[in-house]
Amino acid sequence: MAEESGSGRGYLAERGWRSWAFTMDHKRIGVMYLYTTIAFFFIGGIFALLLRLELLSPQAKYFSDHTYNVFFTLHGAMMIFLFIIPAIPSGLGNFFIPLHIGAKDVAFPRINLASYWVFVAGFLVVIASLVSPMDTGWTFYTPYSAKTGAAVATLSFGIFLIGMSSILTGLNFIVTIHKLRAPGMTWYRLPLFIWGMYSTSIIQVVATPVVGVTFLLLAMERLLGVAFFDPAKGGDPVLFQHFFWFYSHPVVYVMILPAMGIISEVIPVFSRKPIFGYKAIAYSSLAIAFIGFLVWGHHMFTSGMSPLANAIFSFLTFFVAVPTAVKVFNWIATLYKGSITFESPMLYALTFIFLFAVGGLTGPFLGALATNVQLHDTYFVVAHFHYTMMGGTVMGFFAGLHYWFPKMTGKMLNEKIARIAWALVFIGFNVTFFTMFIVGVKGMPRRYAEYLPKFHVENVISTIGSAILAVGIAVMFLNFLQGLRKGPPAPGNPWRALSLEWQTPSPPDTENFHENPVVTDWPYGYGKPKGPTA
Amino acid sequence: MNAPPADHGDPRVAFESAKLGLWTFLATEVLLFGALFTAYAVFRLKYPALFHSEHLKLNRVLGTLNTLVLITSSLAVALGVDAIRKGKARLLEKYYGVTVLLGAVFLCVKYIEWTEEFHHGLYPGTNIFFSLYFMLTGLHGIHVILGMGILTYVVVLSRRGRFSAGYHTPVEVSGLYWHFIDLVWIYLLPLLYLIG
Ligand code: HEM
Ligand SMILES: [Cu+2]
Repeated sequence: MAEESGSGRGYLAERGWRSWAFTMDHKRIGVMYLYTTIAFFFIGGIFALLLRLELLSPQAKYFSDHTYNVFFTLHGAMMIFLFIIPAIPSGLGNFFIPLHIGAKDVAFPRINLASYWVFVAGFLVVIASLVSPMDTGWTFYTPYSAKTGAAVATLSFGIFLIGMSSILTGLNFIVTIHKLRAPGMTWYRLPLFIWGMYSTSIIQVVATPVVGVTFLLLAMERLLGVAFFDPAKGGDPVLFQHFFWFYSHPVVYVMILPAMGIISEVIPVFSRKPIFGYKAIAYSSLAIAFIGFLVWGHHMFTSGMSPLANAIFSFLTFFVAVPTAVKVFNWIATLYKGSITFESPMLYALTFIFLFAVGGLTGPFLGALATNVQLHDTYFVVAHFHYTMMGGTVMGFFAGLHYWFPKMTGKMLNEKIARIAWALVFIGFNVTFFTMFIVGVKGMPRRYAEYLPKFHVENVISTIGSAILAVGIAVMFLNFLQGLRKGPPAPGNPWRALSLEWQTPSPPDTENFHENPVVTDWPYGYGKPKGPTA
Repeated sequence: MNAPPADHGDPRVAFESAKLGLWTFLATEVLLFGALFTAYAVFRLKYPALFHSEHLKLNRVLGTLNTLVLITSSLAVALGVDAIRKGKARLLEKYYGVTVLLGAVFLCVKYIEWTEEFHHGLYPGTNIFFSLYFMLTGLHGIHVILGMGILTYVVVLSRRGRFSAGYHTPVEVSGLYWHFIDLVWIYLLPLLYLIG
């Protein structure tokens, strides 16, 4: 199909709020998800800055302990449930899955719209729960969560709804990828983003129902006094932890796999080389999804499981590292001797690899039984998961936003400002979170508004870093806004990429493709158009 | 406002998609109940004596009656699906109507049971056995209500002449869902009422 110029407004042509609120176009639904989740990223980010502000001084200065507890709970819960889990799958996934496989829409457009509004209902309930804010941490551990005065039942119900929306989205994607691929789009010609999203969808569908009942039970414990988790009535609080982590560990991969998919798209385009080890990357996504279900117990080493169980979980945890390492090696091999250019999507992709590697390499310290007991609940943990979740997933998300901005909006970004923003984000991020490794090893515990004076210097540095990071992110989004309003029109394929979405006008029409595309090759054939060799 | 048909307007693709979608959805339902079944197993191993003494307090007669009601309703659904495969829309509506009615009977019996139990001071918070009992039967009851809603909707669509021997995907899919509801109950009965 020939490249078309992007003069029209494509799927954006229709105006007015009704054309959005009742749309069944996967692209518009994706855009609505993006706006919604990014809004929560900002709200969660403001809470983060407030936390850092409080930690400027060793004594609790601005907030009471309770307020601090509320803030880190809201920060964590919002970032996890309202931003990072839905942002890439429901936002970018909705937009690009049908475009990638040559379909006109997802399999069930009506359910897709419903899942967006269920998501909205979920976050409205979450917001309603703020009347009496939570202070349990985002993990809601019982028995405390069953007793504290906070609106646990309301919040649990909100998260239940969000989970339902996530199940519907995952289901929709699985069916779409199975049934709606264009003629010639075999499994080995799928872009790797699709493999990542497919694995993610499986996790969403399999893990979410379990956390759904768990939160339902927690809510019932509050409302009807059922006795699942209350030891006084014969219940078992550790059962809650098992259920919770059966979901929440795999969900770490719901956060990371789609981001890895984006990286696998960006790297070959900007090094103009076929991706190295296509099949290995594809299958490692599935492998991660599968093994991810077997390792939840590593969050519970200190909760009194049997030593044998601890040892097994510890062993299996190391095992997850294998498919992850496979991916990283394949990306690096792709870069090797490529003609690399450093446009902003590529900068974020490389940042992803670097920060995620740091996060990943510090993981084993936590996965190993011996060191876990020492580092458990210190700032080392906080640093580790910010390196993986924010350094990994959020950077992948940013890479995707920069990469696909021209396609989604039909406008080009100001590349120079994008790079300045990137530099600020990169520096700010490392200053903020690397210092947390240091105080963590020195023994500073997490989740306290106060700390010993000997940790003061590091905390001041970390807070300064968070300010730089915040400025960087602000510049990035101002650049997006500016691009949206004033950016020059984008051509259909500004990066000269080979996957299907770039063979449509920017922005694409409502129909996606005027004629059903016929696929004859894989999307990574830069200079070597002959399908994957491995 | 309207998206183009994603399946390129091909009814075969639409049917295959709907089927795969429903099976995937049923997998999530199995996991939903699976967590509760797991909890049941955990607590039963922990408190065998309690589970024995408590399960005797349930009304086995009503439990069994309800099983018969649901199995009959499942049969009606199967006959309904069979009818539309032969193109008999009126017959489908009758069978699905019977199913919805039997669903209502099931709920009434459940209501009588629960009232009886409340009367004897047995509540969701009484002990772990009754927590499980009320959660499992309550969640199942919600599914019965949902199922009745879906089947009613299918009947309404059928009245509007939407189904024929050639196209009846929603009928098949909703029928499968009702069988699932029946199946869950068939596990619940021995677990809660019969095994001492
Ligand atoms: C924008 C920059 C961010 C900063 C400066 C920041 C800062 C912090 C700080 C200081 C804490 C520790 C609170 C404590 O233990 O006392 C924390 C906790 C946490 N953060 Fe962030 N964060 C940022 C972004 C993110 C992102 C993007 C995510 C998720 C994807 C995230 C997820 C979490 C979670 C889950 C917790 C744990 C909350 C809990 O203990 O329940 N953060 N963050
Ligand atoms: Cu984990």
